[in-house]
Amino acid sequence: MALTNISIQEKLVEKFDDQVSTFSTDSGILSFEALAANNLKVIQFLYDELGFTFLTDLCGVNYPDQKDAEIVVVYHLHNFIENIRVRLSIAVPVEKPDVFTASKLFESANWMERETYDFFGVNFIGHSNLKRILNVDEMDYFPLRKEFPLEDQTRIDKDDEMFGRG
Amino acid sequence: MRPVRFNIHPKEAEIADAISMAPAPDGIGGDGFFATQLSSVVGLARKNSLWPLPFATSCCGIEFMATMASHYDLARFGSERVGFSPRQCDLLMVMGTIAKKMAPVLRQVYLQMAEPRWVIAVGACASSGGIFDTYSVLQGIDQVIPVDVYVPGCPPRPEAIIDGFMKIQDLVGQESIRRRNGEQYKALLNSYGIQ
Amino acid sequence: MEAQKNIDLPQGSIEKKTTTLNIGPTHPATHGVFQNIMEIDGERVVSSEQTVGFIHRAFEKLAEHRNLYQITPITDRLNYCSSPINNMGWHITCERFLKVEIPKRVDYLRVIIMELARISDHLICNSIVGVDTGAYTGFLYVMQYRELIYEIYEEVCGSRLTTNIGRIGGFERNFTNTAFTKLERFLNEYPKVLKEFESLFTRNRIFMERTQGTGGITAARAMNYGFTGPNLRAAGVDYDVRVANPYSSYQDFDFTIPVGTTGDNYDRFLVRNAEMWQSLSIIKQAYEKVQSFKGAEAEIFHADVPEYYLPKKEDVYNNMEALIWHFKIIMGEVHLPKGQIYSAVEGGNGELGFYLVSDGGRTPFRLHFRRPCFIYYQAYPELITGGMLSDAVVTMSSLNLIAGELDA
Repeated sequence: MALTNISIQEKLVEKFDDQVSTFSTDSGILSFEALAANNLKVIQFLYDELGFTFLTDLCGVNYPDQKDAEIVVVYHLHNFIENIRVRLSIAVPVEKPDVFTASKLFESANWMERETYDFFGVNFIGHSNLKRILNVDEMDYFPLRKEFPLEDQTRIDKDDEMFGRG
Repeated sequence: MRPVRFNIHPKEAEIADAISMAPAPDGIGGDGFFATQLSSVVGLARKNSLWPLPFATSCCGIEFMATMASHYDLARFGSERVGFSPRQCDLLMVMGTIAKKMAPVLRQVYLQMAEPRWVIAVGACASSGGIFDTYSVLQGIDQVIPVDVYVPGCPPRPEAIIDGFMKIQDLVGQESIRRRNGEQYKALLNSYGIQ
Repeated sequence: MEAQKNIDLPQGSIEKKTTTLNIGPTHPATHGVFQNIMEIDGERVVSSEQTVGFIHRAFEKLAEHRNLYQITPITDRLNYCSSPINNMGWHITCERFLKVEIPKRVDYLRVIIMELARISDHLICNSIVGVDTGAYTGFLYVMQYRELIYEIYEEVCGSRLTTNIGRIGGFERNFTNTAFTKLERFLNEYPKVLKEFESLFTRNRIFMERTQGTGGITAARAMNYGFTGPNLRAAGVDYDVRVANPYSSYQDFDFTIPVGTTGDNYDRFLVRNAEMWQSLSIIKQAYEKVQSFKGAEAEIFHADVPEYYLPKKEDVYNNMEALIWHFKIIMGEVHLPKGQIYSAVEGGNGELGFYLVSDGGRTPFRLHFRRPCFIYYQAYPELITGGMLSDAVVTMSSLNLIAGELDA
């Protein structure tokens, strides 16, 4: 039976009941949220039962205004046979950003999780080599969190007045 | 009949007419002798046999590939030998963004080069950080090593890279052979914390 | 026999069976800034670890501070061997997000430019594989013809490499007749060149010995590693975004997806070559379709989206409405709708995806680029382990790794 967004949603709800929530369809892709505690169970179910065997993308998003859900880890999974995608979001608090690693299931998650750690400080539990990947090891903050500025703060040659921030 | 192909191209002009010679420096010449300053002879030799070290990191490196490939052919300027060993090269061509992670590597490569050495910063990123005014990008390589010529552009066209190269040739040709021992040069290097 | 004691070797230097070798971050064999630390046993690679991030430029953070049209120049610098694909991938993402209807002629013009970019990307990759196996000739030969592609870009947008081509909604100007003449010249001359390039390599005994059976990967492993693009197709999976999720009217074209079987360097080379032939055929079809537009239809080169498409300069000076839109766009005063979108195009080296999250502000709240080579470079140690060191170099170049895209 061909998978559709609706049938995926029904199967997920049947299996996980109220642990998956906030289903929506943005530009054709089914999005839903799951609890951080059972992200692996959901991904494993999608992998085994629904054939989502390709991890397209994994990234983080920082919502500073969402209390206790500041960091969201977003997975894009793809089923090649049915040619359908889903988007799974896992929200975690910024004080304790713990998510289970998907790198045992997908080799491709390894670096994407390292990148997410590098940018947002998400602690992927069980990751074999969780260290910075793009930035220098000495960096002591997570640059893509919203509270950190884009520009290099050590620059002294810039006249702030010329940039409208005098 | 044998498949013979004849050379149907018209005869080329004399090869001697096609050889371009570097103009001789000022001096006094006569039958069998030519007297001039040592530094201009050394400069003449150096400027027409520069060995570039392409330190290509990103987009400008692709334009450098076009510059040294058949269409633009950097070899016409005496730099046929593009070397990758800093020990052998005279001209460090930095092409592309230098991130802070890369800066120590760039400095290391510069230090490994033997004097006399020249540096050309190709493209906006190498010259000033370009559009990447971010936490991870070095805002111009002149923060870590001295630069002789800057080539603007993002990326510069091959013609611009060649123009920058010719500017370097001018500098090399006119450089005094004592410059590298002078106080001013030492002060320049000291300002970068070298030596 | 008494052991020699006069040489004072460091502890462990004789007992250790393998040698540690560092390649990069600036090394001619890496074609970009990558560092590989390998353990080698003689000439065989035992293990390897990569370090990346040497040109990390914080694109994603930068994009959070830019308006949509200002992000196009950033996408240029992702995979700079095929920047038009990135530009248009970004424009298509924006158009899908903003629900803009694009006229067919614009789609076909885009297809022409994107396929030209694909050819130039594959051309560089394949000729570099040639350089690494000792055949410099192919590289010098095809570089001459890549210039033809760059001349077409120049005619369309004024720039060669980082093109910043097009706008949200279409192109900034119509294609000139010169552009079409140059395109015709390319279509006439290029097949001969590609044929000769192929005959230089594909049945060349040295090249075959160097590339066959090296750097291979199975389809299952390739999918697990997140391979996309020619590298995945060389392993035998016929996944192509152009077919799976058509964009820019790719469904109107007749083309095949070449696939390999073993996923080794030779198959990757062949798949890229075959794709160049397919791209040529797509360009021909698209050019015919573009030529079939007559009259007023042949003048359409952008969609009607005043909120995002800059008005003509004459209108800005003479027309109140256009002036207001010009001001709003330039000052970035257009608010985006709320929502999120993932949209992908088939880039030169794989599925190039854009994940855009908007909270209704003027700039994206978060923009994530799915960079194909960042994801598949993880497989490099697995590809080279057990092989020769010299094959590792060829494997690296045949993966088509672009440092700018990898590090973003």
